[in-house]
Amino acid sequence: MEFQHSQASHCESGVMSAMLRHHGLPLSEPMTFGLSSALSFAYLPIIKINGLPLVAYRMPPKAIIKGLQKPLGLKMRFETFGNPAAGVTRLNELLDQGKLVGLQTSVFWLPYLPEDLRFHFNAHNVLAFGREASGDYRLSDPVAETVVTCPPADLQRARFAKGALAPKGLLYYPVGTPQTPDWQKVLPAAITKTTRIMLDAPLPIIGVRGIRWLAKAIEKLDTGADAAHSKMFIGQVVRMQEEIGTGGGGFRFIYASFLQEAADLLGRPALGELAEQLIDIGDEWREFALATARMIRDRDPLYPPKLADKLRAIADREQAFFRDLRRAA
Amino acid sequence: MLDSEVPQEGNSTLGGHRKAMYARGADGKLHIVQSAGWEVEEIVTKQAVDDLLRLTEEARQRVLAGQTSPLEYHMYRVRMDVPLLAQASGIWQWRIRRHFRPAIFARLSPALLATYADAMGLSVEQLKKVD
Repeated sequence: MEFQHSQASHCESGVMSAMLRHHGLPLSEPMTFGLSSALSFAYLPIIKINGLPLVAYRMPPKAIIKGLQKPLGLKMRFETFGNPAAGVTRLNELLDQGKLVGLQTSVFWLPYLPEDLRFHFNAHNVLAFGREASGDYRLSDPVAETVVTCPPADLQRARFAKGALAPKGLLYYPVGTPQTPDWQKVLPAAITKTTRIMLDAPLPIIGVRGIRWLAKAIEKLDTGADAAHSKMFIGQVVRMQEEIGTGGGGFRFIYASFLQEAADLLGRPALGELAEQLIDIGDEWREFALATARMIRDRDPLYPPKLADKLRAIADREQAFFRDLRRAA
Repeated sequence: MLDSEVPQEGNSTLGGHRKAMYARGADGKLHIVQSAGWEVEEIVTKQAVDDLLRLTEEARQRVLAGQTSPLEYHMYRVRMDVPLLAQASGIWQWRIRRHFRPAIFARLSPALLATYADAMGLSVEQLKKVD
């Protein structure tokens, strides 16, 4: 079957949506995201990226690929390689068999991406679906508008980049055929899992409490001598929320889209109404991003407590939202 | 966000690409809309890129003044920092910092230079000088 590329907002859910469609199970990107309970929030001050703490609006990398196995009765095969040459040989072998192969890559080494977005982020997912006569790989990068090609040397670097979340040449593909699940069973389970992550996480830096923890950290930022660092800190939060392929509002819109689909599949209009609430919450995240960007550019004076208050308001709304969602599921 | 509200103001950091966003259509359902960019994203991306450019330029000036080695300049130029270069090259951080001293850098073995060059995707010749 000829492979069909379609643009997605997030790499991992986009890869899985395209892969499942190729294997005969058309699931939308939001459905792969919601069904694997990928929505989250985490403020991880111990993990530093260029000296700034990590803020994530979703579950860790590979959670979507792995999380879809159980609801879809799908078995994914994962292979990593100690030696790059073996990884290249194996990829070529699978492509020669006509397989569609998922790859974990570092954004920095992918030449077709815009220069300004190429940072050392090691958990970017792409699909390889063939090779040109020149030896260049034919890739479907879900965040790109069309299919792209990538020279072998660059792809090898991207697959074997070192550092945090190093891909170690990871490639993955399904074994067997995915089945349409029993929606009445898998959807409530997936939604309940997300509410547990957002409301009941044992660590105060995960879920709704994580948002409040971040608010506290932002409130304490220095506006005097260290203002430049404070601006880098708040800028990083917004980059994770908007720039890194989240579909807007830190994945809140994509999850709202999943809830709308779930409402139709289950015949439960209550979920559709909750989706409306989540769209409003996503808009509030966008307002937070706008207020932050204005302070970074000195259009508004740098006043972190104002941003902290906005985050606390969002945390309150998300807490109420996920409680309602738990009841509805 | 309504699909008519999806920002189309352009974002130079996207290099002409358009990204997929989810927004609400007239039927109330969310669907994918392509966005040419939002200024907010441009501001925060540029902020991160500019900070790396500043570190690169400062290192370049220090190389020219004989205060650091080209290794530090290239490290920032490829958007790394010392912890990341240490992971990418397998060389300890304190050793990398030591190699920032021009006199010590000048005496590095070809093998060590090749290790650094490989980790940063450069040739050894490129690694030895600044642009």
